[in-house]
Amino acid sequence: MSDVWILTLLTIVTAATPLVYAGIGELVVERAGVLNLGLEGLMLGGAVAAFAVAHLSGSATLGILAGLAAGVLLATLFAFLTLTLQSSQVATGLALTIFGIGLTALIGQSLVGIAFGGLPQLSVSWLSAIPVFGPLLFEHDILVYGSFALVATVAWFLSRTRAGLVLRAVGDSPESAHALGHPVIRVRYAAVLFGGGCAGLGGAYLSLAYTPMWVENMSGGRGWIALALVVFAVWQPGRLLFGAYLFGGIGILQLHGQALGLTWPSQLMSMLPYLATILVLVLISRDGGRIRRNAPASIGRPFHPTL
Amino acid sequence: MMRLERRAVPSRVMVWGAPLIALGLTLLAGCALFALLGVPVLAALHAFFVEPLTSRYGLGELGVKAAPLVMIAVALSIGFRAQVWNIGAEGQLIAGAIAGGSVALALYEIEAWYVLPAMVLGGLAGGMAWAAVPAFLKVRFNANEILTSLMMSYIAVLLLSLLVSGPLRDPDGFNFPESRLFHDAALLPRPWSGTRLHAGAAVALLVVVAGWVLLSRTLLGFALRVHGQAPRAARHAGFRASSLVWFSLLAGGAMAGLAGLFEVAGPIGQLLPSISPGYGFTAIIVAFVGRLHPVGVLFAGLIMALSYLGGESAQITLGLPLAVTGVFQGMLLFFLLATDVLIRYRVRTGTRT
Amino acid sequence: MQSASPPLMRLTGITKAYPGVLANDAVDLSIRAGEIQALLGENGAGKSTLVKVMYGLLQADAGSVHWDGEAVTIGSPARARQLGIAMVFQHFSLFDALSVLENVALGTGLDADAELAERIVSVSERYGLPLDPNRSVYTLSVGERQRIEIVRCLLQEPRLLIMDEPTSVLTPVEVDTLFETLARLAAEGVAILYISHKLGEIRALCHSATILRGGRRVADADPARASADDLARLMMGDGVQLGAAGAGVLGTPANASTGRQAPCPSDAAGTVRLSTSGLDLAAGAPDALALRDITLSIAAGELVGIAGVAGNGQDELLAALAGERRAPNAEDVLLDGTAIGRSGPGERRRLGLCSVPEERLGHGAVPELSLSENVLLTAHHRAPVARGGPLLDRRAAKAFAQRIIEEFDVRCDGPDSVASSLSGGNLQKFIVGREILQAPGVLVISQPTWGVDAGAAATIHRALRALAADGVAVLLISQDLDELMALCDRIGALCAGRLSTFYATADVDVRQVGLLMGGAASLEAAA
Repeated sequence: MSDVWILTLLTIVTAATPLVYAGIGELVVERAGVLNLGLEGLMLGGAVAAFAVAHLSGSATLGILAGLAAGVLLATLFAFLTLTLQSSQVATGLALTIFGIGLTALIGQSLVGIAFGGLPQLSVSWLSAIPVFGPLLFEHDILVYGSFALVATVAWFLSRTRAGLVLRAVGDSPESAHALGHPVIRVRYAAVLFGGGCAGLGGAYLSLAYTPMWVENMSGGRGWIALALVVFAVWQPGRLLFGAYLFGGIGILQLHGQALGLTWPSQLMSMLPYLATILVLVLISRDGGRIRRNAPASIGRPFHPTL
Repeated sequence: MMRLERRAVPSRVMVWGAPLIALGLTLLAGCALFALLGVPVLAALHAFFVEPLTSRYGLGELGVKAAPLVMIAVALSIGFRAQVWNIGAEGQLIAGAIAGGSVALALYEIEAWYVLPAMVLGGLAGGMAWAAVPAFLKVRFNANEILTSLMMSYIAVLLLSLLVSGPLRDPDGFNFPESRLFHDAALLPRPWSGTRLHAGAAVALLVVVAGWVLLSRTLLGFALRVHGQAPRAARHAGFRASSLVWFSLLAGGAMAGLAGLFEVAGPIGQLLPSISPGYGFTAIIVAFVGRLHPVGVLFAGLIMALSYLGGESAQITLGLPLAVTGVFQGMLLFFLLATDVLIRYRVRTGTRT
Repeated sequence: MQSASPPLMRLTGITKAYPGVLANDAVDLSIRAGEIQALLGENGAGKSTLVKVMYGLLQADAGSVHWDGEAVTIGSPARARQLGIAMVFQHFSLFDALSVLENVALGTGLDADAELAERIVSVSERYGLPLDPNRSVYTLSVGERQRIEIVRCLLQEPRLLIMDEPTSVLTPVEVDTLFETLARLAAEGVAILYISHKLGEIRALCHSATILRGGRRVADADPARASADDLARLMMGDGVQLGAAGAGVLGTPANASTGRQAPCPSDAAGTVRLSTSGLDLAAGAPDALALRDITLSIAAGELVGIAGVAGNGQDELLAALAGERRAPNAEDVLLDGTAIGRSGPGERRRLGLCSVPEERLGHGAVPELSLSENVLLTAHHRAPVARGGPLLDRRAAKAFAQRIIEEFDVRCDGPDSVASSLSGGNLQKFIVGREILQAPGVLVISQPTWGVDAGAAATIHRALRALAADGVAVLLISQDLDELMALCDRIGALCAGRLSTFYATADVDVRQVGLLMGGAASLEAAA
C-alpha cells in the first residue's frame, strides 16, 4: 500500500474524529428525548476555549479540558431554557448556533493567525512498527483514542447499566418514567450536559489537532453533519462510528481528489458530504417501522411534570 | 425554589409584554458586553442604535437590510406556525439570486422593460425550486426538513462559488470570481436619492399585509395554524398535510429567492461568491422575535436591521468587531425564548404542597 | 371475611382541597387483610384523590392514616411501597420500545437480569397472567400490558393492592381471569381495594363496598345483599332513575327495557344511508391495525352500535368512515348511493356525513383555539358557515358557536373561550353539538361519553336519540356496553380489525356481545 493511501486513511481518521465526538454526544441527548440543534455553537465554543487556554498556558491538556468545560457551559444554557423554562428545542438550538458563532468570533478575534503545535502523538513503539496497520492504528493523539473509548463506553452504558436503561426509558416515554418516579428532567439535564461536553471536545480537536489554529466559524457545518449522523446511525453507537468514518472519508476524498487523479472542481467535491447526508436521510426515513422501533419516541417534545 | 405553574389560559398581556421584556434584557446585557470589551457604554449604545438612524443614507440602509429579513421572515413564520421548519432560507435566497442573476446576464446589454420582471420571475422560480427539494423529500419520504433544507443551503453556497468562478465569470474581469456588473435595465431603480433603498422595501410591506390576511382571514391560513397545533384535527377537518407542507416551503423559498434577487439587482449589482450576510438565518430569528405574526415580524425585522447597521457603525466609530452583531441577535432570541415562558406559565416561589 | 383482627389500613377524616373544589371531605375508610373492598362512585366523586393519598402521590390537608394499627405518614409512592401498598393505575406507565423485562425493572427498582426474568415467568404463570420477559411491549395487547403492571405489583409482595378501573380495557374473558387472580390473592391474605363504577362486577367480586359521592363517604354496602338499584341510588343520590340516561354510568343489566325506544316507524326508516362492503384497509403505521372485510350498513333512523375493547380498530374504522384515510376503491364506502371511498373528509361532510372522533383535544378540537374557531374546523364545508370564497366568515362561525353553546348547555365563557378551558363533558357536548347542528344525514361517533360526567352524558344520549328519531343514520362506536345496549337498535363487535355479525340488541345479552368482542365472528360460530 503506497504512502499516499496510508496518509489518506490517516487523514480520514482525523476528519472523522470531531464527527464522532459531536455525534456520540448528540446520540445520548436524543436517546433521552431532546433535540439539540446547537451543535455548531457548542463545537465552536469548545474550539475557541481549547485554543485560547492551550495557547495561553502552553498545555494541550488544559486546552482539552477547557474545550470540554466550554461545551458543558453552553449546554447548560440550552438545558435551562428547554428543560426548566420549557422553550422550543428547535428555536433554542438555532439561537445557540447563531449566538455561538458570534460569541466565539468575538472571543477568538485576538487568536486568529496564531499557530499551535498540535497534540502530541501517543504511539506504542512496537505496535506502530507493524507494517501498514501500525502507523494506521497506533500513531494517534489522545483525543482520537479517546473517541473510540467514548463510543464503547456509551454503548456499554446504554445497553448494560441501570442508568442507561432509565435514560432510554425517558426518551421513550417521559410521562411513564415520571409516573414511575424517575427524575426525567434531571436525566435530561445530565444527557444534555454530556452532549455539550462531547461537542466541546470535538471542537477542541478541531482547533488543537485537526488544523491547529483558530479561524472564525471553523466548524464549517460539522455540527449539522453530526446531527444527520445520529439519524443515519439509527441512534446506535456502533453505527455512528461507522457513519462518522464514512462521512469523514467522503470529505477527504474531495480534498485529495486531485492527488488521487480525480478532476472535478473542488466545490462539487465539497458538496458530496451534504448530498450523501440527504440520501441517507431519505433512506432511513422512508422505512417508518425502523424509525418507530428505534427512534426515541419523545424527541423534541417538551415535558412538563404534572401530577 | 422557583416553580412553573401552567396557566389555564395563555396570558394576553404577556404576548406583547414578553418581547418587550426580552428587548430590555438584551439591551442590559449589551451594555454589560460593551463594558467588558472596554468600550464606553453610552457611546456604544449611541453608535449601535441611534447613529444609523440620523442620516438619510442610514434610514435607506435600514430599509435595505430590513426588506429581505421581513419578506423572508413573514413567509417562514407562516411555515413555522404549521410546524414546517424551513431552515434553508439562506440557500433558497442564493438559488433565487443565481436564477435571477443568470437571467440578467443572459439578457446582457438588452435595455427593455421586460428584463427586470423576467429576473423577478427567475428569483421566485430559483427559490421555489430550491425549497421544493426538502418539500418533496418530506412529503414523499418523511425526511426531516430541518436537515434537508440545511444541507441544501450549504450546497447552494458551493454552487454559487462554482458558477461565479466558471460559467458566469466576467470574461473581462481579470479572473476574479465575480460576474459582470448588471446593465442598467437589470438594476432596481432607486427612488430615494442619496440612499440605496429599492423596491424591495415596498414589496416587504406588501408581504406583511398579505401574510396577515392569509393567516387570519383565509381558510388556508386557518388550515396552516391548525396543522401546526393539532395535526390530527387538521386531518379530521380535511386539510391535506402534504399540500400544507408544499405551500409552506414554496412560500418560504419564493420569498427568499425574491429577496436574493433584490440583493443582487439592488445593492450589489452583480453575482459574487458571497451575496448575503446570513439573511436567511437571521430571518429565522426575526420570525421568532416577531412571535410568528406578520406585524410583529415587521418590527422585529427593523430591530434586526438596526443591529446590523449598528454593528457596522460601531466598527467604524469604536473599532468594535463585527461579530458583536451575531452576539446581540443570539442574545435577543435567547431572552425572548426565556421570557416566552411567562405567557403559558406563571412563576411561583415556595415549595410545592 | 369479617374476622376480629384490626384493619390493615385505616384512613380517618381525610380531607383534600383543590382551588375551587373539595375533592375529599373528611373521608373514613378501613380495609382488612384478605378483604376485597370496592370503592364506588361516579366520575368526580373523589375516588382518585383518595387513593392517591393512600399511595403517597398526594398529601392530605387533614386526617390520619394508620397502617397495622400504627400512625404513618405516606410521603411518597416509595414509602407506600415500603409499607406494602401497591397500585395498578388505569393508565399504564409502560415503554413501548423496551422489553417486558426492562419495563418490570424500571417499575420496581430491580435489575433487569436473568434472575428477574425467571421471577417474572414464575409469578405471572402462578397467577394466571403469563408473560414472556423478552417481548417488546409495543407488540403486546392491552390486556397483556395490564399484566405487566400487575406483575410489577406482585413482585413486591404487597399486602394491599389498589386497582383503579382495571376492567375498562378488558374483554369479558380477561375480566374473569383477573377476578380469579384477585380472589386467589385475597385468599392468601392480600387486601384489595377495587375502584370501579361497574355494579355488576362489584357484586360478583367484592366482599364490601364504600361509596363516595361529592367528596364524602356516604355509605357502606354489602354487595352480596344490595341490589344494583340500591348501589346506584347510593352512588348518585336520591331521585336517580335507572333510565337510559344513566345507563352508561351505572351498568344496569342488559335487556332493561327502560328508555330504549324502537326505531321511528316513519317511511324514511329502512333506506340505507351509509354502507361499506368488504372494506379492507391496510395498517397506517407499523404498530397499527389493519381493517379486514368490514361490511356494515346503517339505515335512516337507526342507531347502530359497534362494541369493542380499545385497540381493536375503532380509530381506524372511524378514520376510514370519516375520510381521514381513503379506501382502496371508491365503491368501498357508499353514502346515499354515492361512492365516496376515495373522497376526503371535506367532500364527505359536504355530502352529509359528519363524525366525532374519540379524542376531544387534539383531534375533535384544537385545544388552543377558541370555540368559534373550532367551529370552523368541520363546519366550513357546510352552511351556514361556508362562504364559498377563500375568506372565512368569522361572524357566522361565532354565531354558530353561540347556538351550539345554548342548545347543548355548554358551560363556558362564551364562544371566544379557549377549547382547553372547558371541562371534558362540556367540550364533548360542544363537539357533538357542532356536528349535530350541521344537520348531517349520517353521524359516526366514537366513544361519545368517555370521561364525561353523568349530566353531560345524559345530554349527549338524548341528542343522539333525537337525531335518530329525525331520520339520521347514527353509528355509535363505544367501549361502554351498557351505553350501547341502552341506545342501539342493532349491535355488533369489532375485534382485531374485523366486524362480527350484527344482531338486534333486544335479542342478545352482555355475555353474548362479550363473546363477539372477544373475537367470535358470530354467536353461532362461538357456540
